[in-house]
Amino acid sequence: MKRKFWLEVLGFLVLTAVVAVLPQLVSDFRTREFAIVGMYFIALLGLAILTGYNGQISLGHGAFMAIGGYTTAILSVDGIYGHAIRDLWTIPIAGLVAGVAGLMVGVPALRLSGLYLALITFGIAVSFPQLPKKFEGFLGGTTGNILNLVKPPFGLDTTPNRWLYYLTWGIALVLLAAAWWLLRGKTGRALQAIRDSEVAATSSGVNLALYKTLAFGISAFYAGVAGALYAMATAYVNPDTFAIILSVYLVVGLAVGGLGSLGGLIAGAALIYFLQNHADTVARWINHLPALELDPKQPGIPSVIFGAVLIIVMLLLPTGAGGLLRKLLGPLTSRLYTRS
Amino acid sequence: MLVSAFTWTEFAQQIAAGVREGAIYAGLALALVIIYRSTRVINFAQGEMATFTTFIAWSLMNNGLSFWAAFPIVLAIAFVGGVAVERVLIRPVENASVLTIVILTLGLALLLNGLMSMIWGGQNRQFHGPFSTRTIDVGGVPISIQDIGIVVTSLALVALLALFFRYTKLGLAMRAAAVNPDSSRLVGVRVGWMLALGWGIAAVLGSVAGMMIAPVVFLDPNMMQTILLYAFAAAVLGGLDSPIGAVVGGILLGVTITLLGRYVEFIGSTLKLPAALFLILVLLLVRPGGLFGRVAVRRV
Repeated sequence: MKRKFWLEVLGFLVLTAVVAVLPQLVSDFRTREFAIVGMYFIALLGLAILTGYNGQISLGHGAFMAIGGYTTAILSVDGIYGHAIRDLWTIPIAGLVAGVAGLMVGVPALRLSGLYLALITFGIAVSFPQLPKKFEGFLGGTTGNILNLVKPPFGLDTTPNRWLYYLTWGIALVLLAAAWWLLRGKTGRALQAIRDSEVAATSSGVNLALYKTLAFGISAFYAGVAGALYAMATAYVNPDTFAIILSVYLVVGLAVGGLGSLGGLIAGAALIYFLQNHADTVARWINHLPALELDPKQPGIPSVIFGAVLIIVMLLLPTGAGGLLRKLLGPLTSRLYTRS
Repeated sequence: MLVSAFTWTEFAQQIAAGVREGAIYAGLALALVIIYRSTRVINFAQGEMATFTTFIAWSLMNNGLSFWAAFPIVLAIAFVGGVAVERVLIRPVENASVLTIVILTLGLALLLNGLMSMIWGGQNRQFHGPFSTRTIDVGGVPISIQDIGIVVTSLALVALLALFFRYTKLGLAMRAAAVNPDSSRLVGVRVGWMLALGWGIAAVLGSVAGMMIAPVVFLDPNMMQTILLYAFAAAVLGGLDSPIGAVVGGILLGVTITLLGRYVEFIGSTLKLPAALFLILVLLLVRPGGLFGRVAVRRV
């Protein structure tokens, strides 16, 4: 196990180095794109803890992101009693607010398993966009809230997009390390035991209610942080910022990234961003295939490609990118284990 | 929103509207239940499948067919489509986890939704139904012929299905395959095909619901999304494995939600769906199996 630990540490360091260097190599606009990928990555980390490691299906994580995003919007514009809070400091608050909401969903979720939970969480995702319309004065209605543009703080000399990038990935790496640390120890074993068999886990003394609710809370905290960053990036929140489909996309990202791996989630996050914003590019690639003529700008293309990717991944590669990576590296690393 | 004075006539009209909504939910909920009973899967693509076939009906009618001429063609297409989905997508992952299958049906929903936007465009379309929207007088309450037609058609279909499951050999085989696949296989029921048949029937039910509701709302690729959620709620309300429960749950939900939306000012039209889901959540906490369902006791 020692070697596996050091391999993972090595992987983390390599990732950190890549993240640190990347903005030097690409344009400011691409930096912004990578920043948004980082936000999806944070949300996916949370979803992986809940769905991948604990086996509780959530089709409503877009709603937790929305809670985070709205928290940041309200605190940084209206503030508390008229004192606006700097957007940077709203991020942990947004995470906590979403986390508390997650705990509140987690308690009834204890009594719902599998499909019922999927349905109820999907219902949360669908219901959430109605709330800003209902509580217009507080949440801004359909027109939404406009945030202040992101500015590098402390007089740092850099572009807003780079600041956003380093902020996002800094948080993402910290949260990745936290998730990794959490999952490799006692808590992780308890969560996975519950996923594999609730009865067996209970009989071994795992506190089912505690860990399942905790997983929901932590997972929602991650989503809230991601939502806060996303609101800062778009400088605008309205019900469409966190549309219903976002929750579905997150599940897509999780499935593609791999249910039981943290690193693979970066691939899932990149896919979510890429397909949403560059589906026309994909359509142009597909046009190179014989007998196909797609108009890249046609509406519906992103959904078709998302759906097709999802189906193909689930049929051919049920363990996702992470699983594929493990299968490819498996012979190498297992060889290392046996030698030690 | 101002709640105007209460009149019994209006109350009766609201109930009629609720029953009409409920009949649609019941049809779609029944489709979900039939698939759930046999394959233990919730089909998140049920709504998009229904909308897709409704679009086919729209195209046929645009090319000069009358509604009732297009109707059987569309049902046949829906049936074949449903069977094909089971064969191609669900069968390969039969033994996979719930999550895998949920994700797969979500993928299908996205795919179909995008295809509809590509083929028919995203805008609203008028769908001319078979029933007139004229109102007739039922015991002093004006109710539209369309509402009555929707309820009668939906319930007739449900009754037909009940007869099929109760009195035909095929229906019996399908029920047997759902309840105990292994024993059914031993007595010669082709379980795999029974499951595919279930998907086909579910697709037909969905497409009827789609063609019935399309004249009331407008036809667009997202038409069934909220309706599907109400159908989920209805199915859960009745108990996910009870066909009678799905129908009763659908009508009950339709009436409850319509009345809540009309007479509870706070809920209005924006919080109808959250209200429905909240009701379901409370019900599930009190009765985990729904109204008619049974809670499976597992041996480990």
